[in-house]
Amino acid sequence: MELEPSHYPAQRAAGVARACISYRRGGPNRVLTLSNVRRARLQVRGRERGPRGQAVNCTAEVLYHLGSQHSAPEVHFTVEGELGKNPDDADNKFYSRIKSLKEPLVAQNIPDSFGIVPPEMEPIRHLAFSACDYIIWQNSTENTWYNLAQIQDVRQVKRNDDYLEFDYTVLLHDFVSQEIIPWQMQVLWHPQHGVKVTQNSRQPK
Amino acid sequence: MSEEVDVWWMVFTFSAYIQNFHAIQVQINKVQEQLDSGIQKENSSFWRVLEGYNYTAYHPMEEIYHWMYQIKESNRELVTQHYLGTTYEKWPMYYLKISQPTNKAKKIIWMDCGIHAIEWISPAFCHWFVKEILQNYRTDPKISSLLQNLDLYILPVFNIDGYIYSWTTARLWRKSRSSHMNGTCFGTDLNRNFNSSWGGVGTSHNCSSSTFCGPEAESEPETKAVARLIESRKSDILCFLTIHSFGQLLLSPYGYTKEPASNHQELVDVAQKAATVLKGKHGTNFTVGPASSVLYQNSGSSRDWAHMIGIPFSYTLELRDRGAHAFFLPADQIQPTCEETTMAVITIIEYVNQKYFPNGAKLTSGNLCLNLLLSVLFVGALS
Repeated sequence: MELEPSHYPAQRAAGVARACISYRRGGPNRVLTLSNVRRARLQVRGRERGPRGQAVNCTAEVLYHLGSQHSAPEVHFTVEGELGKNPDDADNKFYSRIKSLKEPLVAQNIPDSFGIVPPEMEPIRHLAFSACDYIIWQNSTENTWYNLAQIQDVRQVKRNDDYLEFDYTVLLHDFVSQEIIPWQMQVLWHPQHGVKVTQNSRQPK
Repeated sequence: MSEEVDVWWMVFTFSAYIQNFHAIQVQINKVQEQLDSGIQKENSSFWRVLEGYNYTAYHPMEEIYHWMYQIKESNRELVTQHYLGTTYEKWPMYYLKISQPTNKAKKIIWMDCGIHAIEWISPAFCHWFVKEILQNYRTDPKISSLLQNLDLYILPVFNIDGYIYSWTTARLWRKSRSSHMNGTCFGTDLNRNFNSSWGGVGTSHNCSSSTFCGPEAESEPETKAVARLIESRKSDILCFLTIHSFGQLLLSPYGYTKEPASNHQELVDVAQKAATVLKGKHGTNFTVGPASSVLYQNSGSSRDWAHMIGIPFSYTLELRDRGAHAFFLPADQIQPTCEETTMAVITIIEYVNQKYFPNGAKLTSGNLCLNLLLSVLFVGALS
């Protein structure tokens, strides 16, 4: 069945593909956004967030597992061209800045009510996008379309090793049910090793 | 003994009525006080006339009440403010009527904003649209021609309680603020509360849900207030527009069924025209089509209801963006969003105007001469 690309069932599948692909290669400065969907077996064109965002072309197949027990949709994808996993300048700057903070970073409401994100919080936000991509991918069904709405709370957890760790409480928005869902996630990040969600749990409304 | 009980019952219900009335009166007085004090505060942030109001910022409800008052006061020849009813929390609901004084019967275009509290760009658009009309109706022939035949009824904030709540307490609140389940659960989705296949697909009967349709159709005072007005004027309303965000969509009926509307093709054609005009402004892409195919099925929407009671043109507009900022559209996007959307809305209204008043149904100088000639001939024939 051909899906009309601009209509929402196709968009939802594209959202899952995007989330999965983005999480697998993610980082604070390397989050994939959706810009075009072509077919049911999706050709997805995306762009990295930020001013120097690279254009990305992928083909993806999204397989929703139906049945009473939920399991994460399977996403098989191929990405055209070279996608560097090498940390760039921005990643390294962010890493050094956070590592050198005397007090652990704490922040709320990103963006604020008016959509404003202080520039120094942009990488924190992108990291959240990346980590949420995992949660979105793992929890999506044919009838959900999740996106990160807002970071309610973020606290840095100081570590002795090289990783940065953050405890996020985010608000996910599901376009289909229009629900706002609080979600807690523990996120590790290292410029070379990428993003990892070590723990996450849905919170009560 | 039973007579005594009856008397007490009457006294009780009468005093409850008075208390309720008093509560409403208190709220109306509250707003009036704020307006009066606003007039004295010439330099306060929210006391402005048309040009001074910041149309590229988001405003809390208090400032919106002031704005409505100021718009009406400074455009008395064109604008009147009308009371619709009160919200659950007893805030007065007002709409603005923009009407060129003439003794000719006109038809109505209805537009409401802010039915979902979380969608801040929506009331911002209603403000902008009103400003555009009032700033340009004397000089823009398109607008002045529309106003020859059509009155504009504009409700800047439908869900006042929810909007206030999104400013004071929870930015991501969507619903009204009615109390349910003995005060343990709040809010009905006003756009699931209309009598259009109410309670059906795409809605929830659970109060804790974001799409809770309410205990029954039109249970919410806000819904009832709007529905009562629309119902009473339905034979004159040609177009019903309800403004939402986000998604960049122009949706025609229906949401509750995949069955096409009676004038489906025309609705889609007009919407497509509007989307093309919109795109011409800043390149923004809008998707057009019936809600049940483009978006998802949902029952109890105002758009479906308006069409079902006979209003021929009924659309939901979902404004910017497509998810990058979602509900948190930054203020620097208010202007471009409002500019492009104004063009789309004018396109729709123009089509409606042309369809129901082809080539102007007013006396032109051409047919004035013809009329004079015919009168002369007639008089001549009589004498």
